[in-house]
Formats: sequence, structure tokens, C-alpha cells
Amino acid sequence: METMEKIYAGINVDCNEEGYLTNLDQWNTAVGLEIAKNEGIGMTDKHWEVIAYLQDQYKKEIPLSIRKVGKSGVVSIKEFYELFPNGPLKISSKIAGIPKPVSCI
Amino acid sequence: MENTLISPKEKLVKSEEKKPIKKMMLILSKATIDNVYACFILANGARMEGIESEIFFTFFGLEAIQKKKLEHLHVATVGNPAMHIPTMLGGLPGMESLATKMMKSEMEKLDIPPVGEFLEILAASGTKLWACKLAMEMFHLEKENLIDDLDGVLTVGDFYNRAKGDGTHLLFI
Repeated sequence: METMEKIYAGINVDCNEEGYLTNLDQWNTAVGLEIAKNEGIGMTDKHWEVIAYLQDQYKKEIPLSIRKVGKSGVVSIKEFYELFPNGPLKISSKIAGIPKPVSCI
Repeated sequence: MENTLISPKEKLVKSEEKKPIKKMMLILSKATIDNVYACFILANGARMEGIESEIFFTFFGLEAIQKKKLEHLHVATVGNPAMHIPTMLGGLPGMESLATKMMKSEMEKLDIPPVGEFLEILAASGTKLWACKLAMEMFHLEKENLIDDLDGVLTVGDFYNRAKGDGTHLLFI
């Protein structure tokens, strides 16, 4: 996968060609906020709660799926789709600075 | 003579104009567990990509939304060359249940939910779930026999009307 550099919130980060960060250590809230802005998402506390959960799962190397998110206790699937419309898992993972989950569910 | 050939550059520009899929309309007519899952994964996969999806349950597809039957769907072990089981063996009592159990356990390992839970996920994700009016009448079913998350009972004409618009695709399973 090709890596390129992008600037979010004045910070140089490594991304793949789809714009997903390839190194979570380069992420911070300002970076996440700008990616969210590009995706048309206005971040609230609930949004950040979900982002924190996704990053936590990624660090624990637990593969993510929409089923898992729904069972997480952090957010219901209906709420997840309301917070990040049109492809919640792929949008929220981009904002969280983690790779796009490769799951069919 | 006028040159009517398209230049390679023009061809490239035309091919790059890829229009996105906006809506997937799936028609499920079968009750075998492989067909039901194929349909559900297509519908859910669409939602995960931001594509709208709707499922029209008709004929045997209605079993996937009948409260009493949806957790008891099987995979065919007879007349199904893809199972690679000799017919006489596939037809023995218990073979269908065994093959189904094995398939279900493989799916659970991949975090694919059982049919009932999957329908809840689909409904929560915004997939519209419709029962076919004609099939319901044929099988003498009432709304009470079907899942609560059902969005309504439609005729095929109603379903076609919901398919209006660019980027809508219909799939028959």
C-alpha cells in the first residue's frame, strides 16, 4: 500500500492512498478533528467516546465489526449510524487514525 | 473521410466517470441459510459503504422473517453438488442438521451473527425490510407471524416504485 504524507492541523502524518493514518502515534485530537471536518462530521463528546473505544480496540489488536460496536456498550448500531452517517465504521476509523476495518459485518 | 474514432485520451476520461451505487434493492426468494446470509451480507455491506439497501422477502424468503422459522434455516445437503456429499449420504436423517450446525459454527467464528440478530443489525443500520403481499397470502401468513422490525407489506409494484432513481440496482437471490 502506498504511503504518502498529509498535513492535518499543521502536523505531517503518514497516510495510505485512502487517507487513513498508517501510524496511530502521529494522531492527536486536532488531527482527528480536521479529518472529521473533511468528512462533514461535527464532533461531540459522544463522537469522541466512540473514537476512544475504536482506538482502544485497535491497540488491543481486536478486529472491529459493526456487530462488535453494537455490543460494546459504548454506542448502539442505530446511534452509530446517526453519529457517523453513510459508512460509520469506515468514517469513524479514519477520524480515529486507525486502519479501515476489513470486515463484512 | 472524417475520423470518427475516439482518441485514447477521450476513452480514458469517459471510463474515469464512474457513477457510485446509491441503492441496492435485494429480492430474497429462498430459505436456505446460504442464500439468506448472502442477502443479508450484501444488504449490510451496502449500508457500511453508505449505500441504501432494501430487502423484499418473497416466496420461501419469507421464512427468514417468520419468528418461528428464522433460527431454523438449513443448508441443502441433497441436490446441492457444491456440498460434495454423495446424494445417498446427504439424504440420511440428521445430515442436513449436521451440515447446518457446522456452517453456523464457522460463521460464528467469523463474528457473523445468527439470523435474528442479523435482522436487528440490518434494521438498526437503516435497511428497509419488506414482506411480499402475494407470498404472504399464498402461505396464509399474518403480520403477527413476522418479525417486529418489518417495515411493511408490499406488492412487487410498490417495490419497483421504491427502486426509482439513478444508481439503484436490483438483485434477485
